[in-house]
Amino acid sequence: MKQQIEGSQAVATVVAFCRPEVMACYPISPQTHIVETLSQKVKAGEVGTCQFLNVESEFAALSVLIGASAMGARAYTATTSQGLLFMAEAVYNAGGLGLPIVMTIANRAVGAPINIWNDHSDSMAMRDAGWIQLFAENNQEAVDLHIQAFRLAEELSCPVMVCMDGYILTHAFELVDLPTQEQVDDYLPPFEPVQVLDPLNPISIGAMVGPDAFMEVRYLAHDKHIRALEAISRTSEAFHEQFGRMSGGLLESYHTEGAETIIVALGSVNGTIKDAIDELRLAGLSVGSIKISSYRPFPTHAFHEVVKDAKRILVIEKDLAVGKGGIVSSDVRMAVQNLPLVVMTVIAGLGGRAIPKSSIVRIVREACLEGLEEPHFLDLNWNAVNDEFVRQQKKRRSGLIPKNIPGDVGPFKLKVGQ
Amino acid sequence: MFQIRIHGRGGQGVVTAAELFSVAAFFDGKYAQAFPSFGSERMGAPVTAFCRISNAKIRSHEPVSHPNVVIIQDSTLLLHVDVFSGLSQNGYVLINSTRTLEALQVEEFCSTLPEGHCRVIPVSEIAMQHLGQPFVNTGLVAGFAKLTGSLSKLSVEKAIQQKFPGHLGNLNAKIVAKVYEQNIG
Repeated sequence: MKQQIEGSQAVATVVAFCRPEVMACYPISPQTHIVETLSQKVKAGEVGTCQFLNVESEFAALSVLIGASAMGARAYTATTSQGLLFMAEAVYNAGGLGLPIVMTIANRAVGAPINIWNDHSDSMAMRDAGWIQLFAENNQEAVDLHIQAFRLAEELSCPVMVCMDGYILTHAFELVDLPTQEQVDDYLPPFEPVQVLDPLNPISIGAMVGPDAFMEVRYLAHDKHIRALEAISRTSEAFHEQFGRMSGGLLESYHTEGAETIIVALGSVNGTIKDAIDELRLAGLSVGSIKISSYRPFPTHAFHEVVKDAKRILVIEKDLAVGKGGIVSSDVRMAVQNLPLVVMTVIAGLGGRAIPKSSIVRIVREACLEGLEEPHFLDLNWNAVNDEFVRQQKKRRSGLIPKNIPGDVGPFKLKVGQ
Repeated sequence: MFQIRIHGRGGQGVVTAAELFSVAAFFDGKYAQAFPSFGSERMGAPVTAFCRISNAKIRSHEPVSHPNVVIIQDSTLLLHVDVFSGLSQNGYVLINSTRTLEALQVEEFCSTLPEGHCRVIPVSEIAMQHLGQPFVNTGLVAGFAKLTGSLSKLSVEKAIQQKFPGHLGNLNAKIVAKVYEQNIG
């Protein structure tokens, strides 16, 4: 049923329809509305026999779910930012053990300096932990990806993160076609674990593996992820068949056929990018875009097929590998290494900096005309940066950068028009 | 595409107002998107929320920088925040206050907009009469609907009833009726 609903409420509704049996959550902005709503639903008896555990930390949350999942329970949690990093050890364990836990990431920057707003630093920090990472463009897709995530996770026995932009999606009211309980039940079969802890047939999981076998175990994890590419496409197609709309999959192309320039991005900025592309095409530029829905595993082959005739790629990414530049652009460069095209990195939207359509249009024009320095920082306030360089040259104790820069850009202004 | 920016103070309900706009637009069969501009929210601090209303699907997730409508829940913000930033030349302004545009010293700006596009409604007072609390979002949503004609009264009432079911909804319906009696739009 179509509803005008907040992203977090929509996600909580559909997660409850997925009949999780154990949820262990620790609240953190901007994930809070999701877990608050789920705890209310569990308390109201709307989620079957599901147990909702208020735990003392994110590390505890995922540790509880590792136990629950190993016992054969469908397990769910949600977190973001420092919360995800605090559970990092357990994230790798759930990945390595192949436990099909589903976790929502309400994407947020990682401190210091502390910042509660959106970027993709948190998910990126955990990109190689052995979890599938799916990114949503809007709240409809966020809802749809959760249903797909449980099916995918349990079929493959592999944990899945569903990444949705904090605030931009979690706190936005949009039109969402919410499925019914029956529709979700038809799509999502009951959980049949491939490994179960059973007191009657005791086994250990997570045993130590030595140098003689560790490489092989890791290779098999890699192989499983490569095979997951096919499963991700198939899961999305099955969803399309039942629900009549496309959501997820490996990637989505927008006006890429014959396009000279292709923009690549993850998450909600893709909507703004599509609007920018419409404007640029009206002005005669040959531009298209690719939304990467499955970031891990990375759809190298599918990506290569779409971009092979393009001249240049602009990766607009909400993350930063300090000391190197782009993270997504590294994946992209690997996918196009034998192609005669230029890949440019645009670092954008860090810590909730708005990415306006006008800035996208401007940077695409610049990239087509003159190319960009590598990496390019979109809408960076160079005056504030240069003032800091001057201060640092003047004296050693030039003050704290996170205090100096806000002083340079002026008092924290209400984000009028930003 | 119709774009609304709501200015208020933490606790006054800018987010709820934006939600009500989007839900009313949804009941009118339109596409809508409402979202807050989060800062470090504190009671009383200036806050903003946005709403887009369109006949076509809304893909953009950028903040609203060029609104068609600016709604001001607290007129003291006029002194501190550039509330009219980016407002369209044919835009609308709706201010919650008992004072006149002249007394609020916005007459000069308002004269750049079309006649009748800049209005003041004493929504706090109306809300006090009916709720005993100065909650202004339902009254301002009704004021917007009447001023711009871009939302139907029925959908506004339905959205408010959905958000505040029962007795609270009935009290808010009285606020809507009172605001519709105002000489605006």
